Amino acid sequence: MVLAEHFPVLVIVISMLAAFTILLAGKVNKKAAFPIALVTIFIQLLLSLSILKRVLTEGTIHYWLGGWSPPWGIEYVIDALNAFVLVVVLFMSFMCVIYSKRSIEKEQPRNIVLFYVVFQLLITGLCGITVTGDIFNLYVFLEISALAAYALIAVAGGRALKASYNYVIMGSLGACFFLLGAGFLYAVTGTLNMEDLSRLLPPLYENRAVQAAFVFFAVGLSIKVALFPLHVWQPDAYTYAPSVVSVIIATAMAKVSVYALIRVIFSVFTIEFIESYVGIDVALCWIAAIGIIAGSVLAIMQTNLKRMLAYSSVAQIGYIVLGIGLAPMSAWGLVGAVAHILNHALMKGCLFCAAGAFIYKLGLWDIRDFEGLGKKMPYASFAFTIAAISMIGVPPCTGFASKLFLILASLQATETLPFSGYFFVAVLLTSTLLNLAYFWRVIDRIYFVKSEEGHEEVGGQEIKKADVPFSMVVPMLILAVLCIVVGILWLTNLPLPFIEQVLADLGVGVLPQW
Amino acid sequence: MVEMLTPLFVILCPLIAAPLILLLGKWPNIRDGVAIAAGIATFSLVLSMINPILEGDVIRISFQTLLPGVAVGFKVDAFGMLFALTSSSLWILVTIYSIGYMRSLKEHAQTRFFFSFALAIFGALGIAMSANLVTMFIFYEILTVSTYPLVIHDQTAEALSAGHKYFAYLLTSGCFFLFGLMLVYYLTGTTDFTNGGIAALGALNPAHKWTLIILFFCFLLGFLKAAWMPFHSWLPSAMVAPTPVSALLHAVAVVKAGVFGIVRIVCYIYGVDLMTSLGLGLALACIAGFTMIVANLFAIAQDNLKRRLAYSTINQLSYILLGAALLTPDGVKGAMMHIPFHGYMKITLFLCAGAIMVATGKKNISEMAGIGKTMPVTMLAFTVGALGMCGIPPAVGFISKWFLCAGSVEAAETISPVMIMFLFVLLIASLLDVVYFFPIIHTAFFKDPEGVAGEPKVKEAPPSVVIPLAITATFSIIFFLAFILRPVDVLAPYVDMLSMHIYDLVDIAVGNVFT
Repeated sequence: MVLAEHFPVLVIVISMLAAFTILLAGKVNKKAAFPIALVTIFIQLLLSLSILKRVLTEGTIHYWLGGWSPPWGIEYVIDALNAFVLVVVLFMSFMCVIYSKRSIEKEQPRNIVLFYVVFQLLITGLCGITVTGDIFNLYVFLEISALAAYALIAVAGGRALKASYNYVIMGSLGACFFLLGAGFLYAVTGTLNMEDLSRLLPPLYENRAVQAAFVFFAVGLSIKVALFPLHVWQPDAYTYAPSVVSVIIATAMAKVSVYALIRVIFSVFTIEFIESYVGIDVALCWIAAIGIIAGSVLAIMQTNLKRMLAYSSVAQIGYIVLGIGLAPMSAWGLVGAVAHILNHALMKGCLFCAAGAFIYKLGLWDIRDFEGLGKKMPYASFAFTIAAISMIGVPPCTGFASKLFLILASLQATETLPFSGYFFVAVLLTSTLLNLAYFWRVIDRIYFVKSEEGHEEVGGQEIKKADVPFSMVVPMLILAVLCIVVGILWLTNLPLPFIEQVLADLGVGVLPQW
Repeated sequence: MVEMLTPLFVILCPLIAAPLILLLGKWPNIRDGVAIAAGIATFSLVLSMINPILEGDVIRISFQTLLPGVAVGFKVDAFGMLFALTSSSLWILVTIYSIGYMRSLKEHAQTRFFFSFALAIFGALGIAMSANLVTMFIFYEILTVSTYPLVIHDQTAEALSAGHKYFAYLLTSGCFFLFGLMLVYYLTGTTDFTNGGIAALGALNPAHKWTLIILFFCFLLGFLKAAWMPFHSWLPSAMVAPTPVSALLHAVAVVKAGVFGIVRIVCYIYGVDLMTSLGLGLALACIAGFTMIVANLFAIAQDNLKRRLAYSTINQLSYILLGAALLTPDGVKGAMMHIPFHGYMKITLFLCAGAIMVATGKKNISEMAGIGKTMPVTMLAFTVGALGMCGIPPAVGFISKWFLCAGSVEAAETISPVMIMFLFVLLIASLLDVVYFFPIIHTAFFKDPEGVAGEPKVKEAPPSVVIPLAITATFSIIFFLAFILRPVDVLAPYVDMLSMHIYDLVDIAVGNVFT
């Protein structure tokens, strides 16, 4: 198949073309915007699935843009990891776009066309970050997606403007750091191609510029992923953005930034570099561990549901970064991180969808007003509950699998770091209980706490059901079911070939055997 | 070793029943019918597995996981079978009882009740049949979460705070369990329940003695469902739930899962030899002995019947722990027997307490004067259960206590003379049992209610409430008779069948532990 070879670039090109098409078609008829976005993202999803299949059977795909061979031309490199992330991103985007139809019609009736244009640009940026094998190209897509995200958040107006402004400042800082890192590396090696860099860098590991570049990358991307304590932009941005935007930036966008971090650490640099020159792995672990606890504690203090979820994301990003930090000591760490990219996207996507649904129908955002919601909005409440249980890590939901891998990694890390390893285990287990504390409070309100007004009629009077439109319920329920199904999948050995390929591609070694 | 899909079907019955119950919520009769049908199907499937196990086989079905050396799956051996039999047979009776109870009291949210109930049984059966710690953990957590809606059923402030306490204790305990199992996996590369204990764990003994000891206490904390003191207070608090829930918690699923887990750890993860050489038997026995005495002292002080029964449960669970801690064949035998026996007797008591509530609305023992005359069947059943708790024939509690006493004497001979002290603990605890159970019987039968003249009228609870408790009481006696009549060749097959082969299963299980 000749066409199949061009899939990596098609994923991006059709997305970008769709953005302009939506703009033009939207001028003629506002109603055209949604179907175009839906179809485009669906096609992208199919392309990404085909790419994943091809990567898993044939190995890494190298695509030379315009036929220019690297290191002069831009190269797209897709191995098991980014094929996987691409699927996750596009799947979440697909869910979002289904969800967005009614949600945006209600929240932003005047900006529908522009919303879909920018949304499509955001997807373009995210896909670009995922597929590219060129560090400067990665920066370009990072900026495309970030600019789109600033606009999408600001569209809500009011407090969202301030949130977006904060995000612009912090996001730009992050991007600057990243650009500086890329510049330093270019100055030292004269190349921007990741594979080329990874070949040229090892002799230069002692070079201060290279080490500084690494730190720039790490800090810049930490801002982008909202790693504690660089998360300050994130809660406002997630809280005040339109519902569907919260979903997409909390799931797809955050995950892509994490992917970029993994890529820089393991593919541009290597584990040897981290271990011997910049002891950042242990530092990352500790920062992540503190972030897990701090994020959870901050989440407990919130009464605004979306804000609580935002802080919960800070904690969950900590899980992923902890996994990355543990990777040099245990291959399980990376497995946990990669698994949690998918798991967290599913869970948080579902939670934000449900939170958006509560706002959509009843205007409820304060947890204290949630009494009796379980009867009023059974489907949204059900989806929320499943995802929340999954976040707590009750088996066999997805959260449990991540926890299992990370605990195993921490235990293995005790061989090199006796104290820290057990500390991380304790952090992971404590965070389970903290998750329980803030999620169960919500579930209790939704289902069990009787409201004070006493409209809990005896004698079986029907409480008016007021669930959200079908197109919003479906993505929620799909995600909720996936929270369980994927959780079970992680427990089986089906993902094993994929995991082994990821570990081999990133040079992390193999899973330990007994 | 037999590969069979039956364990999967057993699990699937309640799992499929749960959403059906939810969907059929608008038609209560069909919904309750589904619950009963699922119960009967589950029980028959469990029974169908009994033959290979009696022949000494083990039924297995498992799926490899991502973790090398760990397969999530089921392994039904004689000990697992005991627990599975207990919970699946009692589920049918409790379901019938609940239908009568919930309808008589016009409880709200019955659909949620039956839904959670089915999920809880799903969890309990999963625990019973799990092949390793990972599988057990999965079902253990499912059991915890699914029983929460049952505990807070009333949705009052008191019920909610009891529920929070329940969660705080049990999910924290789940963290310890998870840590313990991951550590076992990390140290040995397996978490399978093995006859005689995991060999690789035993190999760590002299070098990593303290790791093993700490690990054991992690597991003890992980199985807080066994309600050992001082971490028991969630159990009496959870008594705010409706009576069938208490029955489920105390007899069928929750606390049994806790003691079942500890026995699994003692006998199938650590193994008797390792336990002995680490001296952990004595430590566990001390905890159990302490709990037995103190729980009974607490029980004496309670006036609320259900709370008194709750403390009695805490005490009885520690009998099982003590039996396992004695690390002798007779002790373990007593412990294993006591799981089904205590299940049948304690459920009788709880069902009686519920029946009294349905018929008269009384909750406190002091109000129950003369109730034996108005509710003769119920109180007769209660007497049987109470006799069993005290270990007096003809109730079956006598037999397990007999073996426990024999076990402690044996332990004194083989392990250390100190162990004889637990014989006295057992006897004192039994005496205390008498102290708080006999006054109830006395009040019910021999005291006249104040201000009521003339011959009292018989006024029992509805049949669907009374019949299950009569059945469990009868079985508490049948098990006893079965033990006596087993040596008679002619009767043996019938008696064994009627007693669900419990004695055979226990013998096989003990044989496995002491290979």
